[in-house]
Amino acid sequence: MKRKAELLNYPRQLYYFQQRLGISVGFIVLLFLLLLARFCYLQIWQYEHYQTLAEKNRISVLPILPNRGLIFDRNGEILAANYPAYTLEIIPSKTIDLENTINKLASIINIEIKDRKYFNKLVKENGGLESLPIRARLSSAEVARFSANHYLFPEVDLRARLFRQYPRGDAASHAIGYIGRINDKDLKKLEINEELANYRGSQHIGKIGIEQSYEKELHGITGLEKIETNSIGRSIRTISRTPPISGNNLTLTLDIKLQEVAEKAFGNRRGALVALDPNNGEVLAFVSRPGFDPNLFVNGIDLDSWNLLNNSTDRPLNNRALSGLYPPGSTFKPFMALAGLELKQRTPEHTIRDLGYFSLPGSTHRFRDWKVGGHGDVNIHKSLVISCDTYYYGLANDLGIDSIHDFISQFGLGKKTGIDIEGEAAGLLPSKEWKMKQYKKKWYVGDTISVGVGQGYNLTTPLQLAFATTILASQGKAFRPRFLKKIQDSSTGKIYKSVAQPLYTLNFEPNNFKWIKDALIDVTQPGGTAAIAGANAAYTFAGKTGTSQVVGMKQGEKYNESKVKEHHRDHALFISYAPAEKPSIVLSVLVENGGHGGSSAAPIARQIMDYFLLGKLPVEEATRIVDEEEGTHD
Amino acid sequence: MISFLIFIWRYLTRHVDNFLLGSIFLLMLTGLVTLYSATDGNLDRLTGQAINMLTALSFMWLVANVPLRDILRLAVPIYVVGLILLIGVALFGEINNGARRWLNIGITHIQPSELMKIGVPLMLAWYFDRRAATLGTLDYVIATVLLLVPALLIMRQPDLGTALLIISSGFYILFLGGLSWRIMTGLLVSIAGSLPILWSMMHDYQRQRIATLFDPTQDPLGSGYHIIQSTIAIGSGGLIGKGWQQGTQTHLDFLPEKSTDFIFAVFSEEFGLIGNITLLFLYALVIGRSIVIAADASTQFTRLISGSITLTFCTYIFVNIGMVTGILPVVGVPLPLISYGGTSMVTILLGFGILMSIRTHATLVKA
Repeated sequence: MKRKAELLNYPRQLYYFQQRLGISVGFIVLLFLLLLARFCYLQIWQYEHYQTLAEKNRISVLPILPNRGLIFDRNGEILAANYPAYTLEIIPSKTIDLENTINKLASIINIEIKDRKYFNKLVKENGGLESLPIRARLSSAEVARFSANHYLFPEVDLRARLFRQYPRGDAASHAIGYIGRINDKDLKKLEINEELANYRGSQHIGKIGIEQSYEKELHGITGLEKIETNSIGRSIRTISRTPPISGNNLTLTLDIKLQEVAEKAFGNRRGALVALDPNNGEVLAFVSRPGFDPNLFVNGIDLDSWNLLNNSTDRPLNNRALSGLYPPGSTFKPFMALAGLELKQRTPEHTIRDLGYFSLPGSTHRFRDWKVGGHGDVNIHKSLVISCDTYYYGLANDLGIDSIHDFISQFGLGKKTGIDIEGEAAGLLPSKEWKMKQYKKKWYVGDTISVGVGQGYNLTTPLQLAFATTILASQGKAFRPRFLKKIQDSSTGKIYKSVAQPLYTLNFEPNNFKWIKDALIDVTQPGGTAAIAGANAAYTFAGKTGTSQVVGMKQGEKYNESKVKEHHRDHALFISYAPAEKPSIVLSVLVENGGHGGSSAAPIARQIMDYFLLGKLPVEEATRIVDEEEGTHD
Repeated sequence: MISFLIFIWRYLTRHVDNFLLGSIFLLMLTGLVTLYSATDGNLDRLTGQAINMLTALSFMWLVANVPLRDILRLAVPIYVVGLILLIGVALFGEINNGARRWLNIGITHIQPSELMKIGVPLMLAWYFDRRAATLGTLDYVIATVLLLVPALLIMRQPDLGTALLIISSGFYILFLGGLSWRIMTGLLVSIAGSLPILWSMMHDYQRQRIATLFDPTQDPLGSGYHIIQSTIAIGSGGLIGKGWQQGTQTHLDFLPEKSTDFIFAVFSEEFGLIGNITLLFLYALVIGRSIVIAADASTQFTRLISGSITLTFCTYIFVNIGMVTGILPVVGVPLPLISYGGTSMVTILLGFGILMSIRTHATLVKA
């Protein structure tokens, strides 16, 4: 009752109210101060932090891809070009419902499962922060259709991109190589080389050949564009731009016309051809048949094409010239002959009587010559011209395997030449040491005999044979084979010439070189093993045929039932150079399962020589006969 | 002639508190300027808001001219009608954005919870004024029921923000009416006790909002996005701001709901700390004047109602800015006199109309 009476007291009531109001005012002041403190915290204390966040929100740094450098042949013919085409791109991280967007897009633009798969792979790889292609190379109808509906896809961008193109198709495909999508392995490599930053936004990288080995020159430097974007990632304006620097243009030593003549000369036969300039090591032609269309690889090869290439018994993806290993066969003989002269085991006059076989003293085993009954009296000159095996069996035995190895390795056989593309095979030039290391077995004298005729453990690549022949042709001068002729710096326009790289000079007795050369010239003359191919040549045409036995071949090819027969045939080889007095071109030709070097490999060489030295294009079979007849009238 | 016009003007404005109106005008102007930027110069939105303001000002003028005893008489009918409408909403309301807040009464859609923002404090103030002579513990219980019934109905809609504002406006009446500290402590304890129940009554989106309050980065693209983007906007505004219409967060669409609940972030990004202090100062003018009116009020009813209106206004400000700056959960409370929207503008100005009525009618009585 007392309390109620108190409350009835109006001044008391007012007092209470005013007290409570006072407390409230205090509270309000407190809350205002709290807000003020919060403002100061956010806007003064943390200002820089939030400033950065706001900038990060609004500014996207986008890579601008540099144009890849072009590749030309020695005469300025374009071998690798870029052409512009439109792509549809999405920035996954800025797209709210990616799946739905792509589905919607698929209703107006054809998007295949392949495209989606590739897109998803890219998203996984780079976290989806960059603009990624969902469809490449749109047709102009598709570009128009998308442009009309662009407002439905604020997250999708239409961009013009450059695509790689190899206008010559499969010509020199093994040398030029191709670019392909960057994969995990490439990424790892880029990371190790600290080049990853320069590949932001790049989707392609050189995979094989020149495209791979000169990747650094060709790729260029990625530019950066700072752009202001809104919350869904649409660019509003460009803030700053660091332009990309295009990749440098390469000029190769290859002569694409010569290359095409050579490829055509093979027809549909398998094989390889390497043409070198013996005066500087320039690669003039580099053939591996069959070839493949490098354009297939640029945007990810489809499964069907891949299976076709990869499962073909013809192995078009193998670079036969660079990594195909073949016994050199009789093309080994000129080097053996030189060894015999230089190491004074033979004189040019020394003659043997060839009965058609060779036996080691105290052994009944006969190493047979290819000619039953033998060639009769044979000196070093004749041994090369008619390719006498018996002569070299005996010479090999007299030299011994280690001398052969030491002498012939000076010509680069059994070693990588160091050419400027990757994937070269080393080959094999056997020695005692090698056999012990490889097989834990002693070297037998019998092993030496077949080495003397380029069989046995001998394995060389067509490139090595060509390189060795340049040394022979230039009388001892060795230049590293190379594809690069010059580099044009894209920003300065300055041209850097690639200079010949002399490796060493073999200071042999000049007369010894001459003996060999004279013999090789006669190989293409009547009576020689390449007489047909050499008939009526308007230049001195030095060469040596070879036939290498497939049995014992170390290539490990899979045999296709229907092809077994053909695949058991011997490989035909031919090394040559011309004009013999002052060689400007060296060739090594290999025709897989082509039979004899003289009949199948040498005619190819002849066509190349005719084109290269005389500018004569190979003619159809019928007109060629006429041509030859005209020749006889001369 | 001129003196006649002056007479008419004086007659029409005799119930208007010039100081209060002036401060409100300044805030409205600030609101329009900010809105212009927030909507990227959308003149339709700007004129719409100007019309909202004029409408609300007319309501204010009308209420200011209503004598106190009529306001007192209106308290019960407003409350009862409001309550009936709230029950109507619960039964027949239209669902909009997952919440049942609107009632279609034929000519227009109304949101009865807004009416209750005035109805509840009026009712409670009326009740306390009436029971002043014999105020006892039972009265507080009845008052609490009067407060909680509409509040719970609104919470169920669900509209947590409005429910909390109504509860606080009712609580201010109780507090200013002399609710003993002991009971308040008891209330506080029971509120703490009922939190788990409240939690269970909440909808998922409300729970999520509370959860992300404590760590907005937890869900940067979902419910934390609002707070993250608004704090970035405010923080990057710095001392002097990025300049009017220069806010990057605002104009590149990073800020959500930038013309309504998050308009403070727009203002703060573009005018910086100096702008914020100015804005708080303008609010302080309004609050200060309101407190003076409350303190000078002559009856318990007018004291309680003006005190509650003032404190509720402060609550609006604190809850909104607190939310936008990331110290309170996102509860959908507009920034008074600045945010775009007609309903809250009318409600707030009705309150100021009552304050003016209290001020001017009391003065007239005194005179």
